[in-house]
Amino acid sequence: MTHKTIRLGGLSRVEGEGALLVRARDGVVTDLQLKIYEPPRFFEALLRGRSYEEPPDITARICGICPVAYQMSACQAIESAFGVEVTGPLRDLRLLLYYGEWIESHALHIFLLHAPDFLGYESGVAMAADHRDHLERGLALKKAGNELVATLGGRAIHPVNVRVGGFYRVPRPRELAPLAEGLRRAREHALDTVRWVAGFDFPDIEHDYRFLALRHPGEYAILSGSPAVSDGTAFPVTDWPAHVVEEQVPRSTALHARLDGTGGYLTGALARYALNSERLSPLARSAAREAGLGPICRNPFRSIVVRAVEVVHACDEALRIIEGYTEPDVPAVPVDPVAGVGHGASEAPRGTLYHRYRVDEAGLIAEADIVPPTAQNQVRIEMDLRALIEPHLDLPQAELAALCERAVRNHDPCISCSAHFLELRLDAR
Amino acid sequence: MDARQTGRRPRLAVWKFASCDGCQLTLLDCEDELLSIAAEMEIAYFLEASSAPGPGPYDLSLVEGSITTPEDAERIRHVRRVSRRLVTIGACATAGGIQALRDFADVREFTSVVYARPEYIATLERSTPISANVPVDFELRGCPIDKRQLLEVITAFLADRRPVVPGHSVCVECKARGNVCVLVAHGTPCLGPVTQAGCGALCPAYNRGCYGCFGPAETTNSGALNAKLRALGMSDPDLVRVYRTFNATEEPFRRASEEAEGDA
Repeated sequence: MTHKTIRLGGLSRVEGEGALLVRARDGVVTDLQLKIYEPPRFFEALLRGRSYEEPPDITARICGICPVAYQMSACQAIESAFGVEVTGPLRDLRLLLYYGEWIESHALHIFLLHAPDFLGYESGVAMAADHRDHLERGLALKKAGNELVATLGGRAIHPVNVRVGGFYRVPRPRELAPLAEGLRRAREHALDTVRWVAGFDFPDIEHDYRFLALRHPGEYAILSGSPAVSDGTAFPVTDWPAHVVEEQVPRSTALHARLDGTGGYLTGALARYALNSERLSPLARSAAREAGLGPICRNPFRSIVVRAVEVVHACDEALRIIEGYTEPDVPAVPVDPVAGVGHGASEAPRGTLYHRYRVDEAGLIAEADIVPPTAQNQVRIEMDLRALIEPHLDLPQAELAALCERAVRNHDPCISCSAHFLELRLDAR
Repeated sequence: MDARQTGRRPRLAVWKFASCDGCQLTLLDCEDELLSIAAEMEIAYFLEASSAPGPGPYDLSLVEGSITTPEDAERIRHVRRVSRRLVTIGACATAGGIQALRDFADVREFTSVVYARPEYIATLERSTPISANVPVDFELRGCPIDKRQLLEVITAFLADRRPVVPGHSVCVECKARGNVCVLVAHGTPCLGPVTQAGCGALCPAYNRGCYGCFGPAETTNSGALNAKLRALGMSDPDLVRVYRTFNATEEPFRRASEEAEGDA
């Protein structure tokens, strides 16, 4: 009997920290755990008793890479509790802010975290020694996204200008105009990026994913929409708790999200693309075609191409919004707190992010529930790893470990969404 | 022997404890400076950015996050041992962060709210800043830190001088920026008078009151501010909440919140 244990401590180039433990016997993986050693920070507990105005600022602190996603899901959840809807130019500004975050977060992942895997470097900075032009293009792209977030939100990380109902201050058209020039350049960079990453060497691996992403009748859903599943089902955001159930499994490191009773579904770039690609901007659609992406991409390594296509879309849509922008009459729609429950979901760069709040008659949060994308993807990532590892058990340890790390990075996990992650303790029984 | 004596590039390490990753991301957000920094310093340990962590010792360690688990309380001692200079970056590392709100509650009750099987969770009752665990050479405030201030910390390290980071309040920056005072002119509650500068008076520039994410300024008079905030209609529970966010355990903010709580 051969017995092999792979330990991958200090998983690198993911946002947050995790580790992987695999056990195999006679060529069969007997145990596999993606360990998350993000200490729990108890957001859902500490939100209780806070004012309905605070979740956008507080939940932003769950993730420094996608704070806007947390702000948008939080605002929409609370607005839905109060029967408020943000529409027109205020909604456009929210979209614009969110596109900025997508550009920034995707550029970070593509250039600094993911591309080095395909070119054989330990980091984006090391990659710069031989590919300085590519890395500089990536940093320029990232900067364009950050500038959009900073202009609308005040700063790139934990923006200060988001509130329930809209914004504290809306930009003048002349404040947005200079961004257009940068975004046009960014769009060219994004198109170059699609061509660049499409030429990488991809392992020939496909998984039979069950996808979940928001769908919107008129948009490639990012800010809002209804959850849709690749098997054809769909449900309103308000029904989320009936469909997605999180369980704490003994001997496991994380809450496992189950969708309609089954674990192992995938949310994120591949899911959005599979469910909504026809709603990408024409330019992004043609970039996807040229890159050889079919209507559905099941190869997780190719997710880097899908993210690059999404950056083209984000630049394109951001430009459309800036060009058609008229300053709203008020920076926020009036909000009158009433007791109730609200649900909100949006597409964080790394997947669907759901918030639910129960607010009391004084406008204080009585209950909070946050389901981050990585909590949903964890089971599926473990399934990817299991399938990847079994045929390669005879690889040298270091090579196999590197392959596993790559398989995790394919899904851009934001492990610091520790709202729901556990520190591992093995059950002694 | 340190880097200046040997002529080699100083070695930089970036460490993470309980946090959101935003402060270490600030380093990667230095898009125009990142490659210059990499030319001046060897980025020897930075898990968020590199899969090839180099061994210690390190000349400069940037530490993000607070200490909330028994393992992390051990790990920070290791970090201190292998670091010539240790600089904390951000509200978590400097003040315990938002997760320090557990200090005002029962962490077991918090655990049971979030997790069905709280017995699997190993966590400390308090979220402590790095300085409560090991000696710290410099503390950079902010939730998140400001990019310009981070560059100042790195530049000062390379020039072997102390970083120049002002301890005065946001009000000074706000005047310098030419903002209209939101507190006086608009009657918007604002923590600017008691909060340390560094953000560039962002919130008032966006028609919003400062919410204290850089923590208390060097000298504060929260008694006077609280009287003003009450006159603007804030209740005592409102006051408790504004001081209890990302820097709640910093002494001046803790006192201000307890003063309001005492009156409640």
